[in-house]
Amino acid sequence: MPSRIEIALKDSVRDSRGERIKREIEHFLHLKVKQVRTLDVFTVDAELSRTELEAAASGPFCDPVIQSYSIDLPQAVGFDWAVEVGFRPGVTDNVGRTAGEAVSYLIQRPLADNEAVYSSIQYLLSADLSSEQVEKIATGLLCNTLIQRYSIMSAADFMAKRGFPTTVPKVTGETKGQVREMDLEVSDEELLRISKDGVLALTLEEMKIIQSHYRDPQVLAERKKQGLGSKPTDVELECLAQTWSEHCKHKIFSATVQYEDENGNKQEIKSLFKSYIQRVTKDVRENLGDKDFCLSVFKDNAGVITFDENNSLVFKVETHNSPSALDPYGGALTGIVGVNRDPFGTGQGSKLIFNTDVFCFADPFYDKPLPSRLLHPRRIFEGVVEGVEHGGNKSGIPTVNGSIVFDERFAGKPLVFCGTAGMMPARVNGIPGHEKSIKPGDLIVMAGGRIGKDGIHGATFSSEELNENSPVTAVQIGDPITQKRMFDFLIRARDKGLYRFITDNGAGGLSSSIGEMAGECNGCRMDLAKAPLKYPGLNPWEILISEAQERMSMAVPPEKLDEFMAMSKRFGVESTVLGEFTDSGTFHIQYGDATVAWLPMEFMHEGLPPMQIPAKWQPPVNPEAPAQHKEDWTADLLGLLGQLNICSKESVVRRYDHEVQGGSVVKPFTGVTNDGPSDAAVVRPILDSYKGVVVSHGICPRYSDIDAYHMAANALDEALRNYVAVGGNPDHWAGLDNFCWCDPVLSEKTPDGPYKMAQLVRANQALLDLCVPINLPLVSGKDSMKNDFYDGTTKISIPPTLLFSVIGTIPDIRNAVTMDFKRAGDIICLLGETKDELGGSEYLAMQGYTGNKVPKVNITTALARYKALHQAIMSGLVASCHDLSDGGLAVALAESAFSGGFGCRVELANVRFEGDQRYKTDELLLFSESASRLLVTVHPAQWAAFEEAMAGTGFSQIGQVADNDIVTIAGLEGKTVLSTDLAQLKSAWQRPLKEL
Amino acid sequence: MKQTRAIVITGNGTNCETEAAHACRLGGFDEAKIAHIAEILSGEVRLDDYHFLNLTGGFLDGDDLGSAKAQAHRLKYATVYDTPNGAPEKLVEQFTRFINAGKLVLGVCNGFQLMVKMGMLPALDGNTLTQTVTLCHNDCGRFQDRWCYLKADPASPCVFTKGIEKGIYLPVRHGEGKFLTDSPATLERIESGHLAVLKYSEADYAEPTMEFPANPNGSTNAIAGLCDPTGRLMGLMPHPEAFVHYTQHPRWTREQLPENGDGLILYKNAADFVRKNLL
Repeated sequence: MPSRIEIALKDSVRDSRGERIKREIEHFLHLKVKQVRTLDVFTVDAELSRTELEAAASGPFCDPVIQSYSIDLPQAVGFDWAVEVGFRPGVTDNVGRTAGEAVSYLIQRPLADNEAVYSSIQYLLSADLSSEQVEKIATGLLCNTLIQRYSIMSAADFMAKRGFPTTVPKVTGETKGQVREMDLEVSDEELLRISKDGVLALTLEEMKIIQSHYRDPQVLAERKKQGLGSKPTDVELECLAQTWSEHCKHKIFSATVQYEDENGNKQEIKSLFKSYIQRVTKDVRENLGDKDFCLSVFKDNAGVITFDENNSLVFKVETHNSPSALDPYGGALTGIVGVNRDPFGTGQGSKLIFNTDVFCFADPFYDKPLPSRLLHPRRIFEGVVEGVEHGGNKSGIPTVNGSIVFDERFAGKPLVFCGTAGMMPARVNGIPGHEKSIKPGDLIVMAGGRIGKDGIHGATFSSEELNENSPVTAVQIGDPITQKRMFDFLIRARDKGLYRFITDNGAGGLSSSIGEMAGECNGCRMDLAKAPLKYPGLNPWEILISEAQERMSMAVPPEKLDEFMAMSKRFGVESTVLGEFTDSGTFHIQYGDATVAWLPMEFMHEGLPPMQIPAKWQPPVNPEAPAQHKEDWTADLLGLLGQLNICSKESVVRRYDHEVQGGSVVKPFTGVTNDGPSDAAVVRPILDSYKGVVVSHGICPRYSDIDAYHMAANALDEALRNYVAVGGNPDHWAGLDNFCWCDPVLSEKTPDGPYKMAQLVRANQALLDLCVPINLPLVSGKDSMKNDFYDGTTKISIPPTLLFSVIGTIPDIRNAVTMDFKRAGDIICLLGETKDELGGSEYLAMQGYTGNKVPKVNITTALARYKALHQAIMSGLVASCHDLSDGGLAVALAESAFSGGFGCRVELANVRFEGDQRYKTDELLLFSESASRLLVTVHPAQWAAFEEAMAGTGFSQIGQVADNDIVTIAGLEGKTVLSTDLAQLKSAWQRPLKEL
Repeated sequence: MKQTRAIVITGNGTNCETEAAHACRLGGFDEAKIAHIAEILSGEVRLDDYHFLNLTGGFLDGDDLGSAKAQAHRLKYATVYDTPNGAPEKLVEQFTRFINAGKLVLGVCNGFQLMVKMGMLPALDGNTLTQTVTLCHNDCGRFQDRWCYLKADPASPCVFTKGIEKGIYLPVRHGEGKFLTDSPATLERIESGHLAVLKYSEADYAEPTMEFPANPNGSTNAIAGLCDPTGRLMGLMPHPEAFVHYTQHPRWTREQLPENGDGLILYKNAADFVRKNLL
């Protein structure tokens, strides 16, 4: 008999969770609520005696100082409505799992397979509400019905029925091990139906390639020997769908593109990835010669560069957009713990040293109707932030850098970029840390969590647009603690040399991880019946492609197996041998004795011809905003500081632990009251060395509305500016490109595909044009190409977005610089030229315009500036340094001033302007977002040395830090055109998101 | 010469072991061992061989049952089978023996939560296994990473805070740091015994404060750190191991600061105590 244990806070104890829910109900749903109290409910479905139940309730489940417990007896009193929310069967329930473990310590035995503890939360509302309104609170706020279930009771109902019934959300099912044969000898329409109904995301052409594979007499003869028929099994078809998915195969980046520019010049591009991304790195490595610092690029889960003599630096940035749209909390949590496994599974494994995260959302205060199935941007915001908070904080990895970008089109799909860096020994047991290998005969071992139906079709589902029928099982919930335990074990196993190869299980599950590993030695044999399952009832194809989290796959040499397994057990981590690697040329999958998939390795990995995609570039012409002439620009600056893309994100950032591991040198916030926005992060990963890691990023999707070439160029330049601003070394830097696009493939649903594809081509061209001259290798990246929402009537496509991340080093962290003004009297100096480039700016956006004059990057002059600045910073000549980006000079000045607690006096007449003098106006000098500019302050005594260091790079003195709190700017005519105090500026900047 | 030996327990969600061990070494310990709980449960590593036990920050078991609850429960019930005399013992017996041998324990953040939930603090009558105080959700309802000024009580018996003149500046990084006692009597005994050794204050270290964000969680009497009556067991929510070098200070690029951070004194005092009393 299952029992319900309820844990309630004592009356005298403040219920901060309940208070938060009350605020959210009032804020989001505009309903008045007197009070919300909350209770924790544990449903114990295990053979326990009354004494044992009592011991569990009073022991691990209850804090006697603040809580009371009851068993099978409701505690709720004094409320009008009760809502109870728990998980649906099979959804990861971390609290339930931990509770189950605590019970097993108590009863001195592990719980049996059919025993478990489930958690839920009871919300008690004191409010005058109708049942419809309570329903709205339940579905609109308390419960995500995709993964959770809820029930509602009025107080009277609750009394009559003595509370909620005991519900056990157990997955019921039997092990069937069912394998179906799929008949592909059918019409084209039928082939497409099979693909669509099965969420295979295979095109007709791809289905026909598979069809013809199964017509090949040689293939059929080989299959016969294995006891397989002429039809593909569901295991094979699913496996191919994963391996060939856009998510795993990057078909768009590998496609042959017919590109035509605005002048009708035509060009055939064979693979954007090879022609641009890979080529950048190849060219840069050649140029660097024996100074090449790249160690492992593109081939592994993350990129690896040198750090110091004994250590190498690993970095990867991923996206987790589609799952975050459906379940923001679970999607983002899985995003962060998922990307953690990439550097961990790179080379022989690395220790994780920091996370980064960048989100793109629609306005959280959005108040227009949304298509059904889309969650409100505010819920996405809340859920994603909390997911990354739990994922990062619980894993003990500091979140050191990030940003939030807002645009209405991200209502269609939010973008959730999560990055993780790691540090690996340069050599592990005599082998370079970034290298690994597999020998035939090595055992396939999976460690970590168990397999369930979670995340089935994640890879293929994210390769389609979001629609009303997007599958529920595509959502997973991460479990940072299970993963942490696994990492604790595996990093020690690495140092003992207990495995030869490691990789993570992400998209596509085992089909992908073992499929790729088998590529190393040309084959494998794996028995899916050996895989540990969360619950019975999974068919072989589900086991193969499940994206259940917290799993790594290893190749373990047979002679090390016993030691590996013993250590795994000691560390409380489940590891299972699933088969062995071979050189048979075949991906051979069994379920027990029966062969359920027999796929030639070559067909799996090379069987897909490149797609053909048309691309045609036609520059858009946007309306121009009329130039404005004002006597006073103060209100415009205050307005800009309050724009969502510029304002302070401190309420979010403080929820992330950015200091764990002790290496935080330049923190997200800096300045006299610890609340000024840092440009980039400096981290000291090895506590007895002064060498540091610098990480930064750039992102500016709005420029895509003018030209994605310049969007990419500016994103890259912004990342570089931020990187050098804190002291990053421009001779030792590497880039990561994360493309998030809307579907660019011409089809009935996407008639503007050629334009979107041309945008993609142009963004790639920009990377090649800019990276090579500055020796910036691209070491890793990822693309996510289907960021659209389409429900048959409404289509929302995100603006093409490139997140460009830069990682590198600073020789000595003690030379790092922050962006806050340091002392009165320092000289304010602007590096770089301001141009007639208001196009795509925050300033124009505030007026409802995009314009056309997008900032253009001159990378040669920029590089000279960045190198000179780096030398000046290393020589201690720079007191503060801040990059100019959103909002231009006016915003940068305001930020440095209020962060430092000093005002300033600046003369626009001293700003270097380049271009037609007719356009040189106060408006433009204040708000243009021209690239490659930085605001620097220098102590007067060091000015001469600074001037010498920067010689020939284009800079000018524009003012001085003041000994009061007034920011004053004189216009071109010498009159004051902007004047306000620090308190006003800071409050305008802090207000918008302060309460979130 | 005999060695001063510190141990830092990790595993099941502990996160701050590396910097805690680093702080022990900087503070003067000859050895700072990072031991996984699995190595302690298997008998490979024994607390008896060390002088200073660090229970440091993290999210033990994800704080799924409330911060550190599941680990407190595990430590009480888990058995170590492989012992020198061959007789299995409860892990908690190793802890009790360690404390009774006059050794030092420092719990930071999640480690502090673990100590109070096991009953190791405030241990008013020497009973280290009965819980009388707790740390619960911050009043603001959210995790907070921010720096706080901590006023020290010079009259406290605490071994770790000896020599702190006015106070120290350290980061807090927690969602459950609000200190509560089971009764006014417990609070009274804590205060009269000068056991509430660190309290949140403004930058002048003048008076304890209940104002957010200087007091980040709404703790009763602004209590941030607590010791037992012997002064050898201490727990605190702020992170001393996170400020042992000036470049960890949020304003180091604009203030003239000494080489060592404020948190290092706790580890120096621990090393001094061990050298004088336990070797």
